[in-house]
Amino acid sequence: MSSPPTAPPQPPVTTPDGEPPHRRGPLGTALAFLRNTWRGLTSMRTALVLLFLLALAALPGALLPQRSLNAFLVDDFYADHPTAAPIVEVLGGFEVFASPWFAAIYLLLMISLVGCVLPRSLEYWRGMRQPPVATPRNLARLPHHAAADTTEEPDAALARARGLLRGWRRTERSEPGGVRTISAEKGFLRETGNLVFHLSLIGILLGLAGGKMYGYEGDVIVRADGSEFCNSSILGYDTFRAGLRVDGTNLNEFCVRVDRFAGTWLPNGQPATFGADVAYQSGADLRSGVTSWRPERIAVNHPLRTDGDRVYLTGYGYAPEFTVTWPDGQSRSSDIQWRPVDTSGSQLSEGATKFERPGVEDPEQRRTTQIAVTGTFAPTGAIGPDGELVSVHPDLRAPTADVNVMLGDLGIDDGRGQSIFTVDQQKIDSGELRTVAEDRMGIGDTVRLPDGTTVRFDGVTPWVNLQVGHDPGQLWVLGAAIVMVGGLALSLSIKRRRFWVRVHPSGDGSRIELGGLARTDRAGYGEEFDRLADDLLAPTDKKDG
Amino acid sequence: MLVDPITSMWSDRLFQGTLVVLLLAMVFTSLEYAAARVARVARKEPATVGAGAEDTTGTAVEVTEPPADASDGAGDRPTRTRSDRYGRIGVSLMILAVLLHAGSIVLRGLATYRWPLGNMYEFTSALCLMAVGAWLVLVRKHPTLRPAGVFVLTPVLLLMFLTGTVLYAEAAPVVPALQSYWIIIHVTTITLASGMMLVPGVASLLFLIKRNERPAALAAKLPGAEVLDRLAYRVTVFAFPLYTFGIITGAVWAEAAWGRFWGWDPKETVAFVAWVLYAAYLHARATAGWRSSRAAWINSAGFATIVFNLFFINMVVAGLHSYAGV
Ligand code: HEM
Repeated sequence: MSSPPTAPPQPPVTTPDGEPPHRRGPLGTALAFLRNTWRGLTSMRTALVLLFLLALAALPGALLPQRSLNAFLVDDFYADHPTAAPIVEVLGGFEVFASPWFAAIYLLLMISLVGCVLPRSLEYWRGMRQPPVATPRNLARLPHHAAADTTEEPDAALARARGLLRGWRRTERSEPGGVRTISAEKGFLRETGNLVFHLSLIGILLGLAGGKMYGYEGDVIVRADGSEFCNSSILGYDTFRAGLRVDGTNLNEFCVRVDRFAGTWLPNGQPATFGADVAYQSGADLRSGVTSWRPERIAVNHPLRTDGDRVYLTGYGYAPEFTVTWPDGQSRSSDIQWRPVDTSGSQLSEGATKFERPGVEDPEQRRTTQIAVTGTFAPTGAIGPDGELVSVHPDLRAPTADVNVMLGDLGIDDGRGQSIFTVDQQKIDSGELRTVAEDRMGIGDTVRLPDGTTVRFDGVTPWVNLQVGHDPGQLWVLGAAIVMVGGLALSLSIKRRRFWVRVHPSGDGSRIELGGLARTDRAGYGEEFDRLADDLLAPTDKKDG
Repeated sequence: MLVDPITSMWSDRLFQGTLVVLLLAMVFTSLEYAAARVARVARKEPATVGAGAEDTTGTAVEVTEPPADASDGAGDRPTRTRSDRYGRIGVSLMILAVLLHAGSIVLRGLATYRWPLGNMYEFTSALCLMAVGAWLVLVRKHPTLRPAGVFVLTPVLLLMFLTGTVLYAEAAPVVPALQSYWIIIHVTTITLASGMMLVPGVASLLFLIKRNERPAALAAKLPGAEVLDRLAYRVTVFAFPLYTFGIITGAVWAEAAWGRFWGWDPKETVAFVAWVLYAAYLHARATAGWRSSRAAWINSAGFATIVFNLFFINMVVAGLHSYAGV
């Protein structure tokens, strides 16, 4: 699209008056309209305007909270701007990059780009197969010119010119009176670079679109104690975002076993390294019945890659284990994960570990005997200014839990989905779920409920959050992007130049005239032309033309 | 030991030294600029004759650089020497500043045992180094540009001052996400490109001032509009592919670090906007009617976007890049 500055001005956008005067039928009118629309769309000016629109349209994506990035910030925005938020919502302001107007802009831009670049490239390609244009009659009228009389024979002068113009596309012509000329041209690769650049933009877009259609992404929490996760169905995930063409039945199967979470921190609690020692079985392993596992370490900046799927470590936390022992001697243990709630990185966590009394079948009774151990967990506990539990380090140095044991109806039988991290607030509000004991516990501590039931804090298991990503388009995008940079460098660094030599035979030698025209980056041709002219006219006294 | 306090102290001292030397360079380039004006007015006549000769070439829009600033006029020797002398001192000081500055950055890396581009302080500092470095290279190739040096030093000093105060960060290790060789590839290319872009950004603004003759006092003393326009174009053409490469390496890194290569994180989005603006600049340069003033506006907007990305997005909007922190 970056036509050289010497290109003729673009055709006017729509000029019905420019059409031939004979009368047209409706079909003709429609065709003319289409043709004019096409011309308008593929003009440079339109491309420019579309580029601006694209930049402008992307900006709100950085300034407004985006749901795909952080839904909580969108909720905050709703709370802060209750009147504006619904309007922004309708305009697609919270999902800018999925909005129809954003898509409309870049699709129009792509069309404009193809329509602009292809015909031009074709034209240049034809030009390239024709000999360089004939030498203008009056070289002195060109932006660059020089002339000199020399004692050199015309043939010798021409031979030297040929030598200097090695690598240029040249053609020689004769003019009346024994005058000979060379027309030379170079820089056609620039157009090639330009074409490659623009076409690879479309390649990037196609790769992106394909990746979005056929890709998926899911998150799952896995305890780092030898627990396994298998990528066999959506059900294994905590959250799953599927592309349009993914229904979840055809996931690449593989299994990951998380053996250990390892983190190191600076004294101030700033993380230094994170990693998880895992082992995995690839799809091929599973299909061929291999039973051994391949060891691997997933760390920040180092995902596990298997058959086009990537497994990332995106977070970690702790699962405190509690054992409830009822007065009749029965007991149950659970180590469901709690979630970090402190964003400053101390890994202070909250959660709800839920228990049902074994052997209780009667629904009425079930509703009074369910237990939830809720509260706060600190991997390195300390007492805050108001006596509350705080965590002073994210590592497990002094695991402490402030528990709040609740008894009653957890609402499990109501058929509503429950968060694993919280208890049903409605049940607390209605009094069906009550706090029966509160305590601060270290590992091994026990708290006794009024009915004699005991809750023991047994220990802590770390867990990791794994994110599985599948994007069949990404290598295409990368390839197209690399080609794009190459094309860009080519088209910006190569300059299109024309150079003419005319040699007149004269009494005892010849008169040499030179002319030059830059078709791109005109300003830069001066020195280059002068160098050529100096070399060509070197043995002679150069007369300025 | 995670940080070597002595080395990091010396890094800070060199930074302060750089600031002082740049300030001095600024003084001398201002003096040069002021003196150069006198000289140019004095030799206005021969200059016009030269331009007239150029014009006879009809369609020629070819612009040569204006004759070397006053330095070849034999008649006004006193002014010439003064302006020239100030200019030379200014350039020497800038070279000294670059050396000190590079030393400061290298020591920062040695003190922290990592690539010294891990936070906004280090990033902006390196950006300024790049801008001054790019300017020195340009002045070497095109000595006639030298009197405009003060306009490059002004924003650089402003940035340097902010860097040393608001953005200053103690030498420290970086978070795990930044512990990757990609920081060397991605952040370094982005820094190079952003620092270089400062020059065309300034050149385009000066071009607009020159074009519109407003403010007149400033416009009169500036190098020719064509020289500025060409400067902006040449440097942009160099820096733009580099910026593109920097964004692509960022995407490759993001694929390994964040689980996707492009996610419209605020930093990514604004980088995209800047990229599109520079693309628009290059297109405008090739479109009739957009070539001069509008193109210059776009180029300035492009650099403004890069600065916006650096400050606003890092400090106000929360995103994945935020850990690079203040
Ligand atoms: C698609 C992905 C990415 C894009 C488009 C991108 C773009 C950029 C841009 C434009 C800058 C210049 C900053 C400025 O002007 O302030 C920058 C700086 C930086 N990027 Fe990236 N980047 C990407 C991925 C990454 C990743 C994955 C990391 C590290 C995990 C990273 C780390 C940094 C750092 C440390 C800086 C310099 C410090 C700063 O500006 O805060 N980037 N990036």
